[in-house]
Amino acid sequence: MTTLTSLTDESPATAPRVVREPSVWRLCLSRAGVELRQFFRERTAVIFTFALPVVLLILLGSIFDKQFAAGGIPSSQLLAAGMIAGGIGSTCFVNLATSITSDREDGTLKRLRGQPMPPIAYFAGKVILVLVTAFAEVAIVLAVGAIFYDLPLPTDAGHWVTFSWIFLLGVTGCALLGTAMSSVPRSVRGAAPIVNLPFLVLQFVSGIFIVPITTLPQVLQQIGAVFPLKWMAQGFRSVFLPASAAVTEPAGAWEHGRIALVLAAWCLGGLILCLTTFRWQGRKDG
Amino acid sequence: MDGLDLDIADGEIFALLGPNGAGKTTTVEILEGFRRRDAGDVRVLGEDPQRAPRRWRYGIGLVLQNASDMADMTVVETVRHFAGYYPDPRPVDEVIELVGLTDKAGKKVRTLSGGQRRRVDVAIGVVGRPRLLFLDEPTTGFDPEARRQFWALIRRLSEEDGTTILLTTHYLDEAEALAHRVGVISAGRILAVDTPADLGGRSSSEATVGWIEHGETRRLRTGDPTAATLQLAARFDGPIPGLTVTRPSLEDVYLDLIGSPR
Repeated sequence: MTTLTSLTDESPATAPRVVREPSVWRLCLSRAGVELRQFFRERTAVIFTFALPVVLLILLGSIFDKQFAAGGIPSSQLLAAGMIAGGIGSTCFVNLATSITSDREDGTLKRLRGQPMPPIAYFAGKVILVLVTAFAEVAIVLAVGAIFYDLPLPTDAGHWVTFSWIFLLGVTGCALLGTAMSSVPRSVRGAAPIVNLPFLVLQFVSGIFIVPITTLPQVLQQIGAVFPLKWMAQGFRSVFLPASAAVTEPAGAWEHGRIALVLAAWCLGGLILCLTTFRWQGRKDG
Repeated sequence: MDGLDLDIADGEIFALLGPNGAGKTTTVEILEGFRRRDAGDVRVLGEDPQRAPRRWRYGIGLVLQNASDMADMTVVETVRHFAGYYPDPRPVDEVIELVGLTDKAGKKVRTLSGGQRRRVDVAIGVVGRPRLLFLDEPTTGFDPEARRQFWALIRRLSEEDGTTILLTTHYLDEAEALAHRVGVISAGRILAVDTPADLGGRSSSEATVGWIEHGETRRLRTGDPTAATLQLAARFDGPIPGLTVTRPSLEDVYLDLIGSPR
């Protein structure tokens, strides 16, 4: 850490104060503190974020409860595993897009731009917010899946390694796309429909609500396969369901290689979109 | 902006006046490093704001218009957070005291009134001990009492800490009360720069002597109001009914400068 000698001359009689420049690392954590506090203090948003997948899981689960997909897999378990992907999409994509739009509108971004803040600190704060909320969301969905639908939790390291890389690639991709998406709405009030509507459609065509995904019309499946959500859901099914359940997938296999490829491609594309479209100032600031 | 020349000295309070859309905010945003200029040379604390390193901002404090961020944070959390960006911040409690929010320190920013919210902005602006403080229409929406308190705070910053202050405002009384010098800007051009007392030849311009004669109000514009008053006194041979002597107010001079009909 660099030390500077203060140049202020208000107390010339005393020795100059020795002052420390704040470290980038500390500023990242400080931003994360602000992000987390602001998020968890907004009670209604917290409840909506964490309750929505649970409510959907319970409602849709009641429809699929007594059904079995090919391979004797309970449909409700397919649903629960896929809902993890939906939860990540909602915490990373929807929430992040809305929160950055709001930061742009309420002056957060402009004020931070006027501080001696390294830009990385802002994004680090968002990354930590997104990781914490996504992690909590996954834990809640898994708990509901395990309690209501006997979703088996793997006990071997291999499955958890698979879970980890799908989680990280999925969170990264959704967060980058959420950041890029934040430039689209003109205001916070416009953000909810503009972000939620496409996400709702995407969840539908990605087989989050309807299981198994092969019951969807071919065209919808093909549209879903372009986007990351379907691949995240497929990945999570591979973690929590037995190998025999692979027959419920369109390809009849888990396709881990393809999942990694598609998610990585979206991370890269999302990053390029962010770098080219991110604006620190709102539209009315010119 | 069209050829705007301006030098602001260390320790000065400078007010930029002008109608809406005159280019006040644009000028300030160029100086703050938010906006790129098309041409010209700008130096703020010895650096070009467009290319200045991050550390340049250690010396700059900003009070922007219309911020409503940090709504769910308390006052003390907000000030502490922004103190964290600077190498040698003022103590957080001291800053909150300075802006008069000590009894609101634990309250969420969302719950504050407009004027109190603005004082949080000022607290954020000064917490890093800036050498130069930008205030963009700082008292819009204040009640008269809050404005007086705010002025006292700005004077204190200027007198005790030698902070240089660049202020934009709509309020002429604010400029007159605070600024060492004012600049009038209209359609992107500087029309005049002077002390509030001398702006537009105000102190040396003709005064208006008014009185009542035969039930009518009479007015005389004169360069020598003393002589005119003495003459009147001689004519009435005693008190002059309804005597007034007025110089143009800062508002009159300002409206003349921007070419607005009075």
